[in-house]
Amino acid sequence: MLDRKKLMSALAATTLLASPVLAEDLTIGLSSEPTAMDPHFHNLGPNNAMSRHIFDRLINQNEKQQLNPGLAVSWGPIDDLTWEFKLREGVTFHDGSAFDADDIVCSFERAPNVPNSPSSFATYTKGKEVVKVDAFTVHIKTATPYPLMANDVSTIPIVSSETGCDATTEAFNNGPATVGTGPYKFVSYTPGDSIVLTANADYWGGAPAWDNVTFKPIKSGPARVAALLAGDVDMIEGVPTTDIETLKNNPDVALSQGVSNRVIYLHLDHDRADSPFVKANGGGAIENPLMDLRVRKAISMAIYRDAIVDRVMEGVAIKAGQLLPEGFFGVSDKLQPMDYDPAAAKALLAEAGVPDGFELTIHGPNDRYINDAKIAEAIGQMLTSIGIKTQVETMPRSVYFKRASRGGPNDTPEFSFILVGWGAGSGEASSPLKSLIATHTPDKGWGASNRGRYSNPKVDALITEALATVDDAKREALLAQATEIAIEDAAIIPLHYQVNTWATRTGLSYAARTDEYTLAFGVKKN
Amino acid sequence: MTVFIIRRLMQAAVVVFLMSLIVFFGVNVIGDPVDMLVNPEADQAEIERTIKALGLDQPIHIQYLHFLGGISEGDFGRSFIRGEPALKLIIQHMPATIELALVSLVISIALGIPLGLFAGIYPDNPISRAIMAGSILGFSLPTFWVGLMMIMLFAVWLGWLPSTGRGDTAVFLGIRSSLWTLDGLSHLFMPALNLALTNISLVIRLVRAGVREAMLQDYIKFARAKGLSANRVIGVHLLKNIMIPVVTVLGLEFGNLLAFSVVTETIFAWPGMGKLLIDSLLQLDRPVVVAYLMIIVLIFVVINLIVDIAYSLLDPRVRLKDQGT
Repeated sequence: MLDRKKLMSALAATTLLASPVLAEDLTIGLSSEPTAMDPHFHNLGPNNAMSRHIFDRLINQNEKQQLNPGLAVSWGPIDDLTWEFKLREGVTFHDGSAFDADDIVCSFERAPNVPNSPSSFATYTKGKEVVKVDAFTVHIKTATPYPLMANDVSTIPIVSSETGCDATTEAFNNGPATVGTGPYKFVSYTPGDSIVLTANADYWGGAPAWDNVTFKPIKSGPARVAALLAGDVDMIEGVPTTDIETLKNNPDVALSQGVSNRVIYLHLDHDRADSPFVKANGGGAIENPLMDLRVRKAISMAIYRDAIVDRVMEGVAIKAGQLLPEGFFGVSDKLQPMDYDPAAAKALLAEAGVPDGFELTIHGPNDRYINDAKIAEAIGQMLTSIGIKTQVETMPRSVYFKRASRGGPNDTPEFSFILVGWGAGSGEASSPLKSLIATHTPDKGWGASNRGRYSNPKVDALITEALATVDDAKREALLAQATEIAIEDAAIIPLHYQVNTWATRTGLSYAARTDEYTLAFGVKKN
Repeated sequence: MTVFIIRRLMQAAVVVFLMSLIVFFGVNVIGDPVDMLVNPEADQAEIERTIKALGLDQPIHIQYLHFLGGISEGDFGRSFIRGEPALKLIIQHMPATIELALVSLVISIALGIPLGLFAGIYPDNPISRAIMAGSILGFSLPTFWVGLMMIMLFAVWLGWLPSTGRGDTAVFLGIRSSLWTLDGLSHLFMPALNLALTNISLVIRLVRAGVREAMLQDYIKFARAKGLSANRVIGVHLLKNIMIPVVTVLGLEFGNLLAFSVVTETIFAWPGMGKLLIDSLLQLDRPVVVAYLMIIVLIFVVINLIVDIAYSLLDPRVRLKDQGT
């Protein structure tokens, strides 16, 4: 590299010689761009990651999604229906105004009610009443005991009652309302081009390491890598798996990797005896064999997870045996990834009365998860080799998810056998259990992504009990137990956990996050 | 000419209306934006709320009537994803694309015409053969690949130019543009050249063919016989007569550059309209896609009008009438 950047910094160094400290700047290439600077506008990964820089939460999730004090110094239930939060004193917003309980109350009011919001925070605020007790104490009340209070609260960005709570999304995008208590202050937002932040020297957690941070959205993977190699950005997220080997051998680049909270899994039709994409050999009708546990087990045994991890994912994945990788709250220590055993799989098929297999179509997205279409193809081949003749059909996610969720008659799922992924935003096991495994019950908000319509009263009862158990140890045991029953029943077939890769220039490192966020204050100089 | 222009504009209105029908209903059969917008963890109640908030609970013909009603008030609808008026988003992204298209057009003309002239006047010269071979490459190499190779060469290996993005902007003559700063121009060069490659090749081939044909014609022989200098024969008599197809094609291509420089803008992370279109398409941001295509129709109509007027200036025999345009 004949380095233009070095030349520039050398020039900058000579011109800035008079000033005592050199400004430390960081430029980050993003794979997906936030859709607004309003932290309550769109409850989606890139937006939430960006707002973490400017707006604190009461409780902040660390890189492992464990809960750390944010604007609250301590919290806990004071009775079955009330949680108390003690607020941090002496914190000021970027405009100098003081932080107190009023900001909390109005932020929780604003978060679920932003006009035109494509995805609101109502999921986390509903059923909660936020009451100011004194300037630095708030109580949050619920109608029933609610153990996930702290997790929910950790998702709500706190804006200022003076400038933020009554502001429009436009006022946030233009800047006047984008005033938080976080480590970085807003400078400018040019959609499609850049987002610029500057350090908040008075941050309560200590001044951040980087003085100015610029985020540049570079959607194309190869272009993002090229921008890093050219020195135009210091760090990129979403490194394409095909480039990882090359970058590893490049002395100018350092990689930071970490497992994510996202499991890639297969969902099977548990519900319909006549399933649309399951056919007897030759294309005739057949009673859905996927409803037989032995067939589901056979499918899981026929999948050579090591090959998927090594070949398809080029090593950047970890094979999965349950809903979340180890280390997360509510994970069972008894479950292991299913061993590859095609002979036993064939035996199970024979036992289930389909010794010669049947015909099946696997549907999956081709632009949502890392290498998703290739994984579906690999699985198609593996299943065909034990006699389940599997066709593979992949499609863009804009088409796929609607059909997978409600493309059939009466808004039922259209497919029989699908490849999907699930990231646990709350960082604990009740998130996948409630959405993927629990019986599909729209009134309760359960099973919203249960596209296989799995239903097991025993599991439902355990989830219900867990979600009403405030005691952490007991709840963790209940969640683990529910997971064990569901996995042993092959409610879903887990494949692997995604591993995310960030690349920086040599001399920097990134604390890889399970929630896939890219945060400037996670970038350290070595 | 005034009648001609008015009639043209009326035709345009009909085209735009038909376009709105096709685009609106076309875009609405693809997928479902709700699944692209809501957080995967949202429950059924939140999904319902989003469907209502976006007006997707209404039957499609009612949605279309709402849309038409909005247009009559100059409102092209609101982006699902950003919550801002679609028209505002498009106008925000327009300057970046216009400067890219303009520079690319200038490059196509500045390189294409001289090279084409040379190849036409000296067809057997080895340099001419090289130019023609190069023009075939310019046509056939995929833009995204050439773009990536240029980034590798100029940004990664040589380090001469920045790899992606738009540079600093400045205000000059009341226009904010990155054309006025050195940083801006250095960011502009690679994407503009990449975008120009096919057009350079196109212009070379058009000019060469025109020259080869015109050289044999009587008026060139007469001009020579009259003793005019070679420069005057080529620069005035020849060039003027071969420009009509070039202007037609470049006019249409300029529309294409404005509207569909999608690949180049994506590779170079250029914050222009093409990137807005592809992002909106991928995320099913229907109002932006519809508004965009409607505006593009208008731009094409205007460009074709300008091309017709340019004909009449280049060739006094062309009169602006309705037929044949």
